[in-house]
Amino acid sequence: MTMATTPALVVDNAQKSFVMHLQGGVTLPVVRGVSFTVQAGECVVLSGPSGAGKSSILKMIFGNYRCDAGAIRITQSGAALDIATAQPREILAARRDTIGYVSQFLRAVPRVAAIDVVAEPLVVQGESREEAREKAGVLLRRLNIPERLWGLPPATFSGGEQQRVNIARGFLAHRPILLLDEPTASLDANNRKVVVELIAETKARGTAIIAIVHDDEVRAQIADRIVDVTSFAAAA
Amino acid sequence: MIEASYNFAYLDEQTKRMIRRAILKAIAIPGYQVPFASREMPMPYGWGTGGVQVTASILGPDDTLKVIDQGSDDTTNAISIRKFFAKTAGVATTTSTPAASVIQTRHRIPETTLHEGQVLVYQVPIPEPLRFLEPRETETRRMHALAEYGLMHVKLYEDIAKFGHIATSYAYPVKVAGRYVMDPSPTPKFDNPKMNDCAALQLFGAGREKRIYAIPPYTQVVSLDFEDHPFTRYRQNAPCALCGAEDSYLDEIVTDDRGGRMFVCSDTDYCEGRRAQGHTGTESAPMEAADA
Amino acid sequence: MLDRVSVSHDDKVAATDQPLLIADGLSKRYGRIDACRGVSFELYPGEVLAIVGESGSGKSTLLQMLSAQLAPSAGRVSYRMRDGVLRDLAALGEAERRLLLRTDWGFVHQDPAQGLRMAVSAGANVGERLMAIGWNHYGRIRDTASDWLQRVEIDTSRIDDAPRTYSGGMRQRLQIARNLVTGPRLVFMDEPTGGLDVSVQARLLDLVRSLVTELGLAAIVVTHDLAVARLLSHRILVMKSGRVIETGLTDQVLDDPREPYTQLLVSSILPA
Repeated sequence: MTMATTPALVVDNAQKSFVMHLQGGVTLPVVRGVSFTVQAGECVVLSGPSGAGKSSILKMIFGNYRCDAGAIRITQSGAALDIATAQPREILAARRDTIGYVSQFLRAVPRVAAIDVVAEPLVVQGESREEAREKAGVLLRRLNIPERLWGLPPATFSGGEQQRVNIARGFLAHRPILLLDEPTASLDANNRKVVVELIAETKARGTAIIAIVHDDEVRAQIADRIVDVTSFAAAA
Repeated sequence: MIEASYNFAYLDEQTKRMIRRAILKAIAIPGYQVPFASREMPMPYGWGTGGVQVTASILGPDDTLKVIDQGSDDTTNAISIRKFFAKTAGVATTTSTPAASVIQTRHRIPETTLHEGQVLVYQVPIPEPLRFLEPRETETRRMHALAEYGLMHVKLYEDIAKFGHIATSYAYPVKVAGRYVMDPSPTPKFDNPKMNDCAALQLFGAGREKRIYAIPPYTQVVSLDFEDHPFTRYRQNAPCALCGAEDSYLDEIVTDDRGGRMFVCSDTDYCEGRRAQGHTGTESAPMEAADA
Repeated sequence: MLDRVSVSHDDKVAATDQPLLIADGLSKRYGRIDACRGVSFELYPGEVLAIVGESGSGKSTLLQMLSAQLAPSAGRVSYRMRDGVLRDLAALGEAERRLLLRTDWGFVHQDPAQGLRMAVSAGANVGERLMAIGWNHYGRIRDTASDWLQRVEIDTSRIDDAPRTYSGGMRQRLQIARNLVTGPRLVFMDEPTGGLDVSVQARLLDLVRSLVTELGLAAIVVTHDLAVARLLSHRILVMKSGRVIETGLTDQVLDDPREPYTQLLVSSILPA
């Protein structure tokens, strides 16, 4: 790794806890002191036992969870942006242009066809619907989603199929940062292989990837560096 | 002669003054509905109390009054109102359109072109053209104030959508002097063009609804329409069976119970005038001595 | 024909970096009751904002103030007109305000009967806003209405039927078409899926969502249904007792609620 350039992502002393007002105001610490950087073209895998806060960290980077303290710095439209303090509009713009996210579960919108679910990030970035669909189709085919399913809303798909739709959606638009939360969890060996290839290609394009992967084999294939989250785990 | 117990033209002078003020305002704002304190008249609402009050307020001793109902001088309503003013104002009455200085009308504009100095007084049942689609008076007043007249076209749109053409055949809405949309009272749309640039003053009185509105002489009156469905006049495609007129508005008269019918001029004065000049129609009887 | 509002308006001025609407310290008192207290926010072009809260939280009062139907007791609403000038709504004349309401704004009521003319055909319901801005060609009005019925998935063979013959879902879709026909930049929605069956709701939400994205509309949606907020909105305001108690990105507020009341609301959602 050459460190000459600005990292694509800097997480600096980020902290997160939940205050459960419905349980008498008890504070649930999640993570604290989270600090790491990811360079463009690098894949960092977060490791640690479940409950250590790996998914929460991804959600904080995506702006889905708010940070109590610290900073999460990215570069958005050529300028520095701290997700931890960014305005909602800035976060939305960052999600459109800079940060992709493949969550564990596809949040399906009723009635929207799988191909459009996948194509949407490109359309939002300004590509024509036809072109976006075409590219979406290529990716769906690669992920072995039969063409007869493309026109159907993914809500009716199996868990594995939904996950592959989700992956296609996350990988379609090329953004400088990609967050992957268990992308291969419910996939068979064949599709796992495709995802590993996709990750390699995406990295080669210069995308910084932060992933959570439980599969040791996959982790070994994709990880440039492993960040152990255990040290960030706030005392539960 | 005026019956001793009545003030001239029945209404007291204060009331007439009040109505004249409303009329003046109405003339000043063509097509705008001016509220006035409509009085109880010795006839039921719907029989022309608005028109009668307007007539009573503008009538002078030298006026000559003509009253028509659906174009006819001879219907009960026309005769009653004519007699009413003959009795309470002592004015001369006539059935001749050119000879009259004041013409009170229900549902028609005479065929003979009106001339300067004449006043045409319409009896109006419902003065609000927007009510069909917007029942709230507060809202229709606001719409008039802001000249928001899209709704009027909604009504015409509905006609075309349902019947293929604008089927509204009477009370056809007009825009007066480029500003206010006005209900011309239930005159057939055949008469609408006569309102435009008319030499006579046109006054509209709605007794039950307590509104007066007016079209000053020589005012632009445009019937609303669509570019691709322009306003058209409508008349039965027949000559008058009595006088042969091809240009007058016709009434359909059922003559027997086997479907027999004929079309005759709705404007009786016009028809008689033509017959007196020797025009004939298919059903013309030899001209009898018509009483004036 | 008036040319003040062309349907395909090219908004040079509506650059997304300038707020379209600014609420500044909006308050409304009814006697001794504070229906709404000090609400401030900015809405940008293309942004969908959800206002959530229980009945009585002040969200409907807020919506009425935002849409110039109710004068605030304090504070103001500014709106960027098509000419790029930011105007205080209270300073607009009634004619301007009404023109705004039927051209550059839309208002979708919970009860379609309030937003539609129930006895007038669907075509005329959609066409009315066009006729109101001076469209005077029956054929073009009808074609445009027909287009819009298709876009809201109403069979065009129903164009001459009055909405009273329509189902609840169709009525709501018709109301949306009626509002969008003039190409508004901002649409207010008051519980748009309120009276509908769940299956019908999903269809309507999806339709609204795609139209809003496609047309780049800004929208302010009042709802008590957090699922509606999640599906439609980018940002959310949570209201309680007339105050905004929490605000942020919709998924942020719903997935990571901070305030006790928001946590209560979120925890009250039935699992799908």
